[in-house]
Amino acid sequence: MSALADTARPRAPGALSALASAVLPVLTIVLAIVAIWYAASVMMNRAWTLDQIARQNLEMTTMEIVAATMNQERPVLPTPHQVFNELWSTTAGEPIMRERRGEMQGNPRNLIFHAYHTLWPTILGFGIGSFLGILLAVGIVHSRAMDMSVMPWAIASQTIPILAIAPIIVVVVSNLPALNNAVDQGWISEDTKLLVPKALISSYLSFFPVVVGMVAGLRSPNAMDLDLMRTWSASRGQTFWKLRLPASVPFLFTSLKVSIAAALVGTIVAELPTGARFGLGARLLTGSYYGQTIQIWSALFMAAICAAALVILLGALEKLVLRRMGARP
Amino acid sequence: MKATAIPPWGLPALGAALIALAALTDTRLALILAVWFGAWALNATLADRARGRGSRFLVPLIFGVTLLALWEMAVQLYDISFVILPAPSAIWARMVTETATLWADFQQTILKGALAGYIMGCGAAFLAALAVDRSPFLQKGLLPVGNFIAALPIVGTAPIFVMWFGFGWQSKSAVVVAMVFFPMLVNCVQGLKASDQMQRDLMRTYAASYGQTLVKLRLPTAMPFIFNGLKICTTLALIGAIVAEFFGSPTVGMGFRIKIEMGRLAMDMVWAEIAVAALAGSGFYGLVALIEKRLTFWHPSQRRG
Repeated sequence: MSALADTARPRAPGALSALASAVLPVLTIVLAIVAIWYAASVMMNRAWTLDQIARQNLEMTTMEIVAATMNQERPVLPTPHQVFNELWSTTAGEPIMRERRGEMQGNPRNLIFHAYHTLWPTILGFGIGSFLGILLAVGIVHSRAMDMSVMPWAIASQTIPILAIAPIIVVVVSNLPALNNAVDQGWISEDTKLLVPKALISSYLSFFPVVVGMVAGLRSPNAMDLDLMRTWSASRGQTFWKLRLPASVPFLFTSLKVSIAAALVGTIVAELPTGARFGLGARLLTGSYYGQTIQIWSALFMAAICAAALVILLGALEKLVLRRMGARP
Repeated sequence: MKATAIPPWGLPALGAALIALAALTDTRLALILAVWFGAWALNATLADRARGRGSRFLVPLIFGVTLLALWEMAVQLYDISFVILPAPSAIWARMVTETATLWADFQQTILKGALAGYIMGCGAAFLAALAVDRSPFLQKGLLPVGNFIAALPIVGTAPIFVMWFGFGWQSKSAVVVAMVFFPMLVNCVQGLKASDQMQRDLMRTYAASYGQTLVKLRLPTAMPFIFNGLKICTTLALIGAIVAEFFGSPTVGMGFRIKIEMGRLAMDMVWAEIAVAALAGSGFYGLVALIEKRLTFWHPSQRRG
């Protein structure tokens, strides 16, 4: 035991310094970005402050001018602490639910409420998109005709800018008789109906990375492995379930991470032209209409936090699945 | 192979059965299904038999034409409302009559907004990648941050850039620069690391300078990665330029036109813009892919057969 402890002790500082060498550069860069950001906001907001001073015939020292540029109500570039304050006050400072017309409803002043309205369609769209992507990839790998005809059009489909599709999908989907019928029958609420077009747009963006990654993954077993399966006289189905599918899992997760970030972009973009009232995209758009720069930036940061959380979640899932499959870390 | 193998007549028989079943309830559906199965059978035989260059173009072409035909048939047979989905023929008619407007929008959005931003963004990312490559500290610090930012919805910066740079194409280019910078940077840095230690040592034994090693060894080996980044960025640039127009634009541009014509429910014009965007996007992607093929003919991924 003591021998083990002895060998373990000198390692600790090594691990610590390894951690430091990984964190220190990132920290430096982040600090540098924050410093540049502050400097830039002083530079960009100065004109307005100087203009105000000239109009009101005030005398201000340089320090006071700098302080004033950092705390404008509608700055050209908000400072980091303004964005952080806004983020804090619209998440922790506001109740998530509030009473309206006699019932408890989501509070549109709370950013978490908007994030919720963006996250649900994202996850739904990601689910649909990755399911279709996997299905398409299985078809492509097993049918030469499908490979040759679908793949070029899948690539072409991604060159259609999503915003061009978004309003059309919303018009088409909200006019679908089946969906209207479901609302009339009370099967789904009006809110759920609004969620469907957003989810479809985000699935449109998220299916492509999955197709590409999954095709590569399903084709990753080499000729030797495939020959071995043949010597065991494995059927196509057996080869698929026991060799191709397990081999594709690492590829799949890499694509899923790209795809969920794309799905979030899809949902936010879908909220822009459709007149959505709730969601981070709607928040961006109202901020842009009323010149509320701080609101735009805080919505942007909330989107960033959501994207990071989703990617980290998938990363954790990936680790779990790979460990279950017997991969060594 | 043996257990799940389907006899050669299996699929056609299944198709015929489906068509017959559909014909009992709805002749229009049967007609659409018949066209679909016919085209698919043609494609399947073509893909199985011919292995030349011709079928490589023919098969996707037939697939695309089939989709268009099915679309047209569905609209005509089911009398789908013009607002929901205009027929391809109506879109084509609109494209022919409105060529001047489409061309003006194309110039504003693709040539000025997207292309300028694409060149600036990718160029800046390439230079930044060289700097990152020279400094291990930057590499450790900038890359995690870059990877993080690359996953963000950068289109969200569009309203900010429109506020800063005005309604013209400059703000669209700025959005495009922001969108393409990090994906390009990550790819370039990865590419610059692609040459292996042995090759670099060899260059050192030749007493090659940093510049010589860069030009003669490392840039050529980085080419596949650089082109991968360039290809990804083509679609990003298009999306960025069009999305940014939504937050304010002069009275010309594809995003502007889509927004306006949507309001008037002139869906054929909206679809005409989409067709132009898709053609431009595919053309742009194809052009970069073609240049890649010319420049990286030596790379395994480009070898044929």
